[in-house]
Amino acid sequence: MTEPSRKKIGVEVSIAVSEAVKQCDVDVVSAYPITPQTHIVEHLAELVAQGELDAEFVPVESEHSAMSVCAGSVAAGARTFTSTASQGLALMAEIVYCVSAMRLPIVMVVANRSLSSPLSIWNDHSDAMMVRDSGWIQVFVENGQESYDHIFWCFRVAEDEKSLHPVMLNMDGFILTHTIEPIEYWEDEMVKKYLPPFQPKFRLHPEHPLTMGAFGPPEIFTECKKAQDQALIATMPVIEKAWEEMEKICGRKYSAVETYRAEDAKTLLVTMGSFSETARVAIDEMRETGEEIGLVSLRLWRPFPFEKFRNAVKNAENLIVIDRAMVFGGPGGPVASEIRSALYSGKKRPRIVNFIAGLAGRDVQPDDFYQMVQHAKTKIKDGTEDEYEIYGVRE
Amino acid sequence: MTKPADQFKWQELTVGFVIPEPGTAREYHTGDWRSTHPVWDEKKCIKCGRCWVFCPDMAVFQKADQYFTMNPDYCKGCSICSRECPTEAITMLEGK
Ligand code: SF4
Ligand code: SF4
Repeated sequence: MTEPSRKKIGVEVSIAVSEAVKQCDVDVVSAYPITPQTHIVEHLAELVAQGELDAEFVPVESEHSAMSVCAGSVAAGARTFTSTASQGLALMAEIVYCVSAMRLPIVMVVANRSLSSPLSIWNDHSDAMMVRDSGWIQVFVENGQESYDHIFWCFRVAEDEKSLHPVMLNMDGFILTHTIEPIEYWEDEMVKKYLPPFQPKFRLHPEHPLTMGAFGPPEIFTECKKAQDQALIATMPVIEKAWEEMEKICGRKYSAVETYRAEDAKTLLVTMGSFSETARVAIDEMRETGEEIGLVSLRLWRPFPFEKFRNAVKNAENLIVIDRAMVFGGPGGPVASEIRSALYSGKKRPRIVNFIAGLAGRDVQPDDFYQMVQHAKTKIKDGTEDEYEIYGVRE
Repeated sequence: MTKPADQFKWQELTVGFVIPEPGTAREYHTGDWRSTHPVWDEKKCIKCGRCWVFCPDMAVFQKADQYFTMNPDYCKGCSICSRECPTEAITMLEGK
C-alpha cells in the first residue's frame, strides 16, 4: 500500500477541489460560472485547455443546460462533474430532480450562497435547502481538507452499483471556497485504489437502444416514488463504507454524524458545514469555564442519518441547533425542524432551541456561539425555547 | 413492456425506471383520448400529403390506392390535418 503522503501545501480550497476532480480522471465537466463557485470551474477549464486533464469541458449558456449536459454524458457512461451555487442551482433545479430519479451518478459541488433577493453573493444554506427534497445524496464539509477528500468520496458513493445516485457536496461559499488552507493531497495511486472505474448499469448506446426518463402515468408514478425513496435510504451502507475505506487510505475518519466533547455534555450544539469548525473553538473556550457543552456536527444531510443522530444526542438535555437558512412562515430553520421530527417519537426528548445565524455571509465567530448558548439558557429558563431566534438581528 | 403499468410493484421497477427495450411508445395508444375524428373525402383529395406531414402523432398513413387515412390507435383527434388540408377534404366529426 502507498504510504499516505503527509506533505501539506497551502492552496485555495477551490483549486484543491478542482485538482481532486482531475485526480478522479473525469470525462466530462459542464458548468456555467457563478460566484462563489467560479474558481473551481475556471481551474478545471484551464486543466483541460492545458492538456493536463483529458476531458470534455462543455461551456454552456446556463445552469439548466449544464445539468442537462451532465445528464446526457453520465447516461452515456462518462464520469461527470459540475458545480454551481445559489441562483445557478435554482435555474438548474428542474434537471436536478430529473437526474436523481433517473439514478444518474453526477457529482456536483455547491458553493453554498444565499438566494436573492436582496441580491447576495455571500454564504448561507438557502440554496442547498431549496433542493433538499430532490433525491440527491447531500453532504456538508467543514474545511478545505474535507472538501478535497470528499470529491473522491462523492464519486465513489455516486457510482457504486448499489448506489447510482447523484451526490451534492455542499461547501460554504467564500468561507471555504476562497480560503487558502494547508491541504494534504492524495497520491494518484491512492485515488486509483479508492475509486474504481465507473460501470453504469444502463447506458445510452446506439447499438442497444433503451428509454431513459420515460413518462409515468398515475398507474405507476407512486411505485416509482416509493422505489426512489427506498433506493436513497439503501445508499447508507455504501456511504458508511466509503468513509471507512477512506480512513484506511488517507487516515482521516469521517462519519455521517460527528461529535466533539459530547460524551458528558448536557447541552449540545448542532451545526452543519463550516459552522462546526468554529463551534469546536467556542466549545473549547466554554469548557474551560466549566460549561458542560459539546458538539454534534451533521455531515450527511440526505439520506438523513436518523439512527446515528438519535444515538449521538441520546444523553443530552438541550440541543442548540444553529441553522443557516430561513423557512419563511414555517417552524424554524430546516435543520431544527428535521431534528424535531427525528426525535419526536422518542420517549426522552431533549429541549430544542433554534437559532438562525450567518445569513448571507454574516460572520459567526466563537463568541457568537457563546452568546447563543447564553441566550438559549435564558430561553429555557423563560420557557420560550420553542420560538426560533434570528441571532444578531437588529431590532 | 412485460405487463401493464398498473401491475408493477415498486420492487419490480428497473434502476432509474429505464425501459430496457426500444419502441415501447407504440404500446401507448394515444387514440384513447380522441373525442372527434377526421374523415377523408377522396373526391376532394389531391394526394398532396400535407395531412401526412402535419399530423403530430404520425397517425396519418397512405393506403395502397395512394389516398390517406388515419390509424385509430394513434389519432388523438386534434384536427390539425383537417386545418392544413388545402382542399378541405378532411372533416372532423364528433366521437371516436
Ligand atoms: S386529427 Fe390530429 S392526430 Fe388525428 S390524424 Fe389528424 S392530425 Fe393526426
Ligand atoms: S392534405 Fe388534403 S388534399 Fe392533401 S393529401 Fe391530405 S387529404 Fe388529400
